Amino acid sequence: MDKIIHSVTLDTDKCKGCTNCIKMCPTQAIRVRKNKAKIIKELCIDCGECIRVCPYHAKKAVTDSFDMINNYKYKIALPAPAFYGQFDKATKIESILHALIKAGFDDVFEVAYAAQLITKRTKELIASGELETPIINSACPAVVNLISTKYPSLLNNVIPLISPMNLAAIMARKIAEEKTPYKGGEIGIFFITPCAAKATCTKYPLGLPESVIDGAFSFKDMYLKVVPHLNDKECEQDLSKAGFKGVCWANCGGEVVSLELDNYIAVDGIHNVIHVLEEIENDKLSDVEYVEALACTGGCVGGPLAVENNFVAQTRVKKMAKTARGNGEAPEFDMDLVWQTPIKIRKQRNLDDDMFVAMEKLAKIDEIYDRLPKLDCGSCGSPSCRALAEDIVRGYSKESDCIIKFKEKIALFANEMLDGSDNVE
Amino acid sequence: MNSFKVQYTIDGEDFSVAGEASRKLKKVLQSLGVDPQIIRKATVAMYEGEINMVIHADGGVIDAEITPEKIHLFLRDKGPGIPDIALAMTEGFSTASDNVRELGFGAGMGLPNMEKYTDYMNIITEIGVGTTIEMIVNTSLS
Ligand SMILES: Nc1ncnc2c1ncn2[C@@H]1O[C@H](COP(=O)(O)OP(=O)(O)OP(=O)(O)O)[C@@H](O)[C@H]1O
Ligand code: SF4
Ligand code: SF4
Ligand SMILES: [Mg+2]
Repeated sequence: MDKIIHSVTLDTDKCKGCTNCIKMCPTQAIRVRKNKAKIIKELCIDCGECIRVCPYHAKKAVTDSFDMINNYKYKIALPAPAFYGQFDKATKIESILHALIKAGFDDVFEVAYAAQLITKRTKELIASGELETPIINSACPAVVNLISTKYPSLLNNVIPLISPMNLAAIMARKIAEEKTPYKGGEIGIFFITPCAAKATCTKYPLGLPESVIDGAFSFKDMYLKVVPHLNDKECEQDLSKAGFKGVCWANCGGEVVSLELDNYIAVDGIHNVIHVLEEIENDKLSDVEYVEALACTGGCVGGPLAVENNFVAQTRVKKMAKTARGNGEAPEFDMDLVWQTPIKIRKQRNLDDDMFVAMEKLAKIDEIYDRLPKLDCGSCGSPSCRALAEDIVRGYSKESDCIIKFKEKIALFANEMLDGSDNVE
Repeated sequence: MNSFKVQYTIDGEDFSVAGEASRKLKKVLQSLGVDPQIIRKATVAMYEGEINMVIHADGGVIDAEITPEKIHLFLRDKGPGIPDIALAMTEGFSTASDNVRELGFGAGMGLPNMEKYTDYMNIITEIGVGTTIEMIVNTSLS
């Protein structure tokens, strides 16, 4: 079986076993066992909901440490467009790019600029009529993970193009090899990421056989490194190339704006995305041409590793997109952007490979569920009574994990004791 | 155990829960390890039938029986019955009220889609008595 890789992990020391996260996880991937949360890796889609909801900040995304840039002679930063919206002191894209250079990079390459080429190729794909409609964007890896985990019948609707991030990396490397004396491992390419899902993609890219990025730094980590160097006035160099059409990818709805589509749905927030995917599976949206689905509220500006309030960041990015220096045209780059490796359906979590055994287990789940209180309180560490029944049959839990059941038992036991003492008198 | 049987009661009063039974069936099929494309066919067919029971027939009962070979669905209601099956099966034919159309139903595509997504479909209906729709989706991929 294929390895399942995700970047969201638990800091066991910080986890109090409070069960706040288990109900928010859209794929019911979290359980609390022995007072600590555990992520079932086959189910985790890297959406970061649990990072947002944990009151003790015990859920985190694995990103790289900034020091790693010192292992490379020529270091290139790839900022995601949503990064531009993080700073109240910066009104120009140019000043953020300059600050990145001052923070230690030798060059920057805007992911927004690469996105303009993705927009062009996406338009061509839509026009070819080869894809099943509604076409679903593939820019948010958490959504692609969700589809391959829970809605695999919709994989044929997903745009089979590599992400702007990976295209930016490939372009940046080529340009660096042309204009500098550095080659191969001397050049380090670092993505500045709003989320865990994209951090995972820097290591295991969707649609590419191997990674093209050397490290991922979070918005949070880079924020502190960039802020001291921000200066809107002093940026004479011409670093920024992206235009309106690229920068607006930061917000939900930006992709469809740059695609100039009319018949579309732009949906943000993982729970809303689930709702829309269900409608598509039920054939209810066959008259819609395109669905831009992003796991985070507002789009990548609302990423779990973002610093700024996502509504503030959205407005800021919109303004910056309007004054962006580039003309928004697709850059020239000779490369086939179609996925070289297809996205695999994640193995469905059936109860047993033998269907008859699975049927017996399913009947057992129903039987146990009938006995449970149906309060869905989560105190047992499973997200619902139904999930507990399933966990019991899978061998991960016991019926006495249910606090209500346990109380009933104690009460029964206490009564028996009392009855016993009555008899003695 | 050589088949798995499950029954769903469809509430005719409440639009907001319409679709819940097909969502539950989907979970059942997933935990039994049925192929995703087959699951989709069976759940879309059942979803359309379920919605019809709510909109046109005041609810009813759905029985599903699953074997490794097929998914067998029986949808029974005590609604008004369908006067002309051939007409009802025509794409675009609908008697849905304006109220229902405002909710996004009533395109007249439900029954045609049920036929499209299933390998067998049979409708037995009697005016004033009710409608029973039997559907089979084969689980082999061929
Ligand atoms: N269970 C039923 N009982 C009575 N009449 C029904 C039943 N199911 C369908 N019909 C009749 O058949 C017609 C066509 O059904 P169909 O599902 O194709 O379209 P619809 O329900 O009107 O619209 P849509 O399914 O596209 O939302 C209905 O408008 C209704 O008159
Ligand atoms: S990242 Fe998302 S899918 Fe993974 S455990 Fe957290 S909430 Fe669940
Ligand atoms: S919407 Fe953007 S930030 Fe959020 S998970 Fe998807 S790609 Fe990451
Ligand atoms: Mg219908």
